[in-house]
Amino acid sequence: MEKIIVCIKGVPKPGTVKVDPETHTLKRESMELILNPNDRPALEMAIRLKEKYGAEITVISMGPSNIIPLLKQAYALGIDQMILLSDRAFAGADTLATSYVLARAIEKLSPFSIVLMGLKSIDGETAQVPSETAGLLGLPSLINIKELKKEDDKWIAIRENEYGEEEIEVESSLLASVSPQAFDYLRPPSLKRLIEVKEKEPLIWTASDIQAEPEKLGLKGSPTQVVDVFEKKLEMKGTILEGEPQELVEKFIEVLKEKEIIKI
Amino acid sequence: MLIYPLTDDQKLLLDLIKQIGEEYIKPYALEWDEKEIYDEKPIKALAHADLFGIIIPEEYGGLGWGSFEMCLAVEYLSYYCAGVSTTYAASFLGCYPILLFGNKEQKAKYLPFIATGKKLCAFALTEPQAGSDAFAIKTTAKKEGDYYILNGMKQWITNGGIADIYIVIAMTDPAKGARGASAFIVEKDDPGFSIGKKEKKLGLRASVTTELFFNDCKIPRDRLLAREGMGFIVALKTLDYARCGAGAQALGIAQAAMEVALKHATSRVQFGQPIYNFQAVSHTFAEMAMKIEAARALVYNVAKYIDSGAKDFSGASSMAKCLATDTAMWVTERAIQMMGGYGYMRDYPVQKYFRDAKCLQIYEGTNEIQKNVIARELLKYYK
Repeated sequence: MEKIIVCIKGVPKPGTVKVDPETHTLKRESMELILNPNDRPALEMAIRLKEKYGAEITVISMGPSNIIPLLKQAYALGIDQMILLSDRAFAGADTLATSYVLARAIEKLSPFSIVLMGLKSIDGETAQVPSETAGLLGLPSLINIKELKKEDDKWIAIRENEYGEEEIEVESSLLASVSPQAFDYLRPPSLKRLIEVKEKEPLIWTASDIQAEPEKLGLKGSPTQVVDVFEKKLEMKGTILEGEPQELVEKFIEVLKEKEIIKI
Repeated sequence: MLIYPLTDDQKLLLDLIKQIGEEYIKPYALEWDEKEIYDEKPIKALAHADLFGIIIPEEYGGLGWGSFEMCLAVEYLSYYCAGVSTTYAASFLGCYPILLFGNKEQKAKYLPFIATGKKLCAFALTEPQAGSDAFAIKTTAKKEGDYYILNGMKQWITNGGIADIYIVIAMTDPAKGARGASAFIVEKDDPGFSIGKKEKKLGLRASVTTELFFNDCKIPRDRLLAREGMGFIVALKTLDYARCGAGAQALGIAQAAMEVALKHATSRVQFGQPIYNFQAVSHTFAEMAMKIEAARALVYNVAKYIDSGAKDFSGASSMAKCLATDTAMWVTERAIQMMGGYGYMRDYPVQKYFRDAKCLQIYEGTNEIQKNVIARELLKYYK
């Protein structure tokens, strides 16, 4: 049976976020957590693969215990096993330190066939974790796919780019991030599973469970330093040239020359 | 305003319906109504959410709940769109005959598919000349060897064409009158069975209503439900159970209409103040709230009465259906009036609620027929 791993993330519910003016980090206590909306297509793809080929799906997420309800939401959609990666040492992780923890956990779950993630989180929006995790695991990294199917022993992934569609063939295990537009229908949770999951708890893995090297974890393992958080304001200055057409063209050419856009 | 004590699982049910309503229905309901289109996505979502299995026993893949939970689901779904809830509730109408009268093989064959929403149901009794006078049906079923051959037509059948399983009432022995009817399970691909035109409706426009045609429609003998001659018993018992659901639909529509109008009345300023400050307006809302709560109390109590194992509840379920649907008609009409011109515009949903509510006074037995039932039961009770 195929084994599929889906990584999900808890993100602040839009509208509940406040930034600490001193540290420039998110005030996590005041915000409400929701499942990253971009992770739902990844969960949907995993469940459709399970329906088509038969598979066991494990969902993993890194964070404190307030992530548990989100793992349970994933369970109610049709996932089989929940794992929470939780350790004080993981706190303050940037995308690299996060990818390191995910990669260690995924390795512990091997053998597996597919790792799926959302394209990007709606808070960080870096879209770096899928590629970094794939890099750390030495897996083919397929970004922004909309379809995944099996042909003989190969996986065929389809993704859209600006020129059309490309088809990618992979013979080994792979890691893919799923396009937010992959499906026009995402299933809701099942009531039976919602009732069932009330009695279930996720497995909790700490740094030692995944044999992580301490210096690669959390703040220590994060090369990214947040210096400031601010809203970027774009100001566009317009100039209106006036005069007769002939005159205008000459003036305009002068402007282009000044700005070194053209050289005559 | 009244908060009913619910179990944890019933609360999960309501949260799930609200989630489905917000995500799969609310953004599209006015468009479905305007264009009169059936969208299968909310139905697919209800299926994935296990909500077609509410009344089906666990051994057949359902949740094993009762009428009360069915009413909760239908009420909250109707709050978002009564067209969607009609497709949903009509499937229960088609499922009850199998649940109540099916033999083991029939239950094992059909119920698991119904519970998972993989197959939708429809219930076909009405014919052009047989509406309130249901006994006047002309569709016949003639036994030939191991088969029945059905001929005739059905009219105004909810889920016609989108359902896979049809419960059809037909005359097996016309000479015996009401005792000569039988109930059959017809599958959508049965030879000689076809779907007629899709009706254009005043309301419930997100649901599908069609004619059904039986032209030497040949079905195996084991599709007979119960025994020959029990057709109307199957039909009437089914309607006794399902009527509560029509009452629940009315509650959801009325609640939605009151809320939309209330929001308008508290923010719309005329003569320098919100119109809610005028007694003619605020008292209308007080009356809406009273009537809705009274109807809800009756519907919930009748549903719980059925779930308690009551044998005879025709009168009770007729009361729930009649009172709640009349309430919805009154509330939705007043909701339009409270919003004035805004209420009349198709950009706002109250006119849809009004049109949707109208059908509820007509289908699953007109409210006049409900009063006949109540009056008849009253004499039995006080004989």
